[in-house]
Amino acid sequence: MAEAEKVMRLKEQAKVVRKEILTMIHEAKSGHPGGSLSAADMMTALYFDELNIDPENPKWEDRDRFVLSKGHVCPVLYTCLALRGYFPKEVLGTLRKEGSILQGHPDMKRCPGVDISTGSLGQGLSVAVGMALSAKRDHKSYRVFCMVGDGESNEGQIWEAVQTAAKYNLDNLVILLDRNRLQNDGICEEVMPNGNLVDKFTTFGCQSWEIDGHDMAQILDTLEAIKADQSGKPKCIVAHTVKGKGVSFMENVVQWHGMAPNDEQYAIAMQNIEEGF
Amino acid sequence: MVTIKSTRHPTRDAYGEEILALGKENKNIYVVDCDIGKSCKTIPFAKELPQQHVNVGIAEQNACGVAAGLATCGKIPFVTTYAVFGSMRMSEQIRQEVCYPKLNVKIACSHGGLTPANDGASHQGIEDMGILRTIPNMTVIMGCDYASTKKLIRAAAEYYGPVYLRFTRDAVPDIYDEDEEFVIGKAKELRSGKDVAIIANGEIMSLALMAADQLEQEGIHATVLDMHTIKPLDNAAVEKVLKECKGVVTVEDHNIINGLGSAVCEVAAELGIGKVKRIGIRDNFGESAPYERLLEKNGITIEAIVEACKSMM
Repeated sequence: MAEAEKVMRLKEQAKVVRKEILTMIHEAKSGHPGGSLSAADMMTALYFDELNIDPENPKWEDRDRFVLSKGHVCPVLYTCLALRGYFPKEVLGTLRKEGSILQGHPDMKRCPGVDISTGSLGQGLSVAVGMALSAKRDHKSYRVFCMVGDGESNEGQIWEAVQTAAKYNLDNLVILLDRNRLQNDGICEEVMPNGNLVDKFTTFGCQSWEIDGHDMAQILDTLEAIKADQSGKPKCIVAHTVKGKGVSFMENVVQWHGMAPNDEQYAIAMQNIEEGF
Repeated sequence: MVTIKSTRHPTRDAYGEEILALGKENKNIYVVDCDIGKSCKTIPFAKELPQQHVNVGIAEQNACGVAAGLATCGKIPFVTTYAVFGSMRMSEQIRQEVCYPKLNVKIACSHGGLTPANDGASHQGIEDMGILRTIPNMTVIMGCDYASTKKLIRAAAEYYGPVYLRFTRDAVPDIYDEDEEFVIGKAKELRSGKDVAIIANGEIMSLALMAADQLEQEGIHATVLDMHTIKPLDNAAVEKVLKECKGVVTVEDHNIINGLGSAVCEVAAELGIGKVKRIGIRDNFGESAPYERLLEKNGITIEAIVEACKSMM
C-alpha cells in the first residue's frame, strides 16, 4: 500500500496541477480542459513520483519516456513539466501564443521534456512502441509510459501498435488509458462504442489493470504492481475517470472537451479545485 | 560519357544489398518491414541482422510510428514497403511523427511508378513523389539504376533527416559505373548540348539517353540531366538549362501533376524564363499490362521525347 503521506502530498500536488491547467487555458482563451483534468491525477503520479527523469538533462539517454498520445490535453503535460523545472512556470502563460514553446499540441523541437510531437490521434502509441523496442534491443532499463484516450482508441492504429508491443514482449511499456467516456462529438458509447477496453487490451496481449483514475492510492499501488509484474507482457491501466474532474460545471459535460472558461467560470473553477468540489 | 550498359537490375535489388551492407557497418541502421520484405528484398537483412530488424506485419501506419520512436532513441530506421503504401497509407504519420519533428527516418519504397505493371493500378505508385514533396523537411529521391540507387541509399543513411527513396520492381538498364559518386540534391549531367535539355529520373533515364542519341544523329545537341533528387531540386542545374537551351523536356514515370515536371516548371515560372514540356503519366490510373505498353499509353516513349524536343527548336 502506498504511504498515506505520499498519497496526501500527491493529492495536494494534483490540485496545483489542476489550477495551472485552468489558468493557462483561461489565459490562452482556447485549449482542452476536460481531458486535461481527467488525466491530471495519473499525470501527477507519473511526474511527481514514478518517472525516472532529470529536468536538468531532458535528453538523458536512460530516462523514462512519456508519450502523450492524446496530445490535445497538453496543458496537463506542460504543467507537470513546468512544475518539475523543465522551464519556468511563467512560460505556462504563453500557451498557444505566437512564438511560444507551448504549441497547441506538443512539439518536441520547441518544448524541453516532450519526448515526441503528438496531436494527431492514434499515433503516439506506435512511437512509444518504437521507444520501448529500442530499450529492449539496447539492453537498457528505461521504461516508456503512454497516455491514450478512449475516444482515441477508435483509431485502428492503436490496435496495430498494441499487437506489435505484444509480439516483441515489451514489458517496459505502460499504457495509461484515460477512460473518461466522452469524446469530441459526444458520449463514446454513442459516437463509437469502445466495448470492454480491459478485455480488448488483454486479448491483444497486454497485462491489464482496471482502476479508478482519480484514486491516488490506487494509482500508486497499480504502478507498484506493474513494477513487480513478471508476465513479460506490455502493461495497460484502464483508468476510469471523469472528464472535467474537479470542476462542478465541467464534469461529464461534452462541450468542455475543447473550450476555455470565461472570467466568471474560471473563478468558480479555481474555487472548486481549492475547496475540493 | 555515360552509356547504357547491356546489363539490367531491379533497383529494389540495390536496396536489399546496400541496406544489408549498411546494417553490418552500423548497428543503428534498422529495417522496419510491413510483411513485404520478400518483395522489397530485406529478407537477407532480417536473417543476418535480426536485432536490427522489425516486422510489424501489414500495418504501415504503425510501422511509421514505430520507426519514429526508434529514431528518437538514435536508430536510423528504414521503413520498407511499396510506394503506394509508403506515400499514401502512412502519409499523415510521416507528416506528424517524422517530418514535423524532423526525425532521422527513411521511407524506402519498391514498386514505384508503373513498374508493378501486371499488378494493376492498386499497386502502381504514381502519385508518391508528388505527395512526399509537399511535406516540409522531406527529401525525395529516385535513383535511375542499380549503381546510383546503391550510392543514393548510402547518402540517405548518412544524411540526418527524413528521406523518401523510390525503387523499381522490374529490372532496368544499368547506366552508371559502380564508382560513380552522388550528392543528394545535385543533378548529374549525362549529356551536354546547347540545343535542348531532357531532365528525367528513375528507370526511364535510358529512354532519355536514347532520345538524346537519336537527336544527336539528327544534329540536335541535347543536355540530359539525371534529376535523382526532386526535393531539394537542383535549382541551379535547372536554371542553367533553362537559360542555355531553347527548351526543356521533362520525363518521369509519375503522374504529370506535382512530380519532376512540375518541380522544373516551378523554377521556370519563378524565373520567368524558358519553355518546358512535360512527359509523364497523364493524370490517369494504370492497369494490368506490360510495362512498355503502359508507358506507350501515356506517351512516355523515345519517339515522344524526340518529338517534344524537336518541337521546341
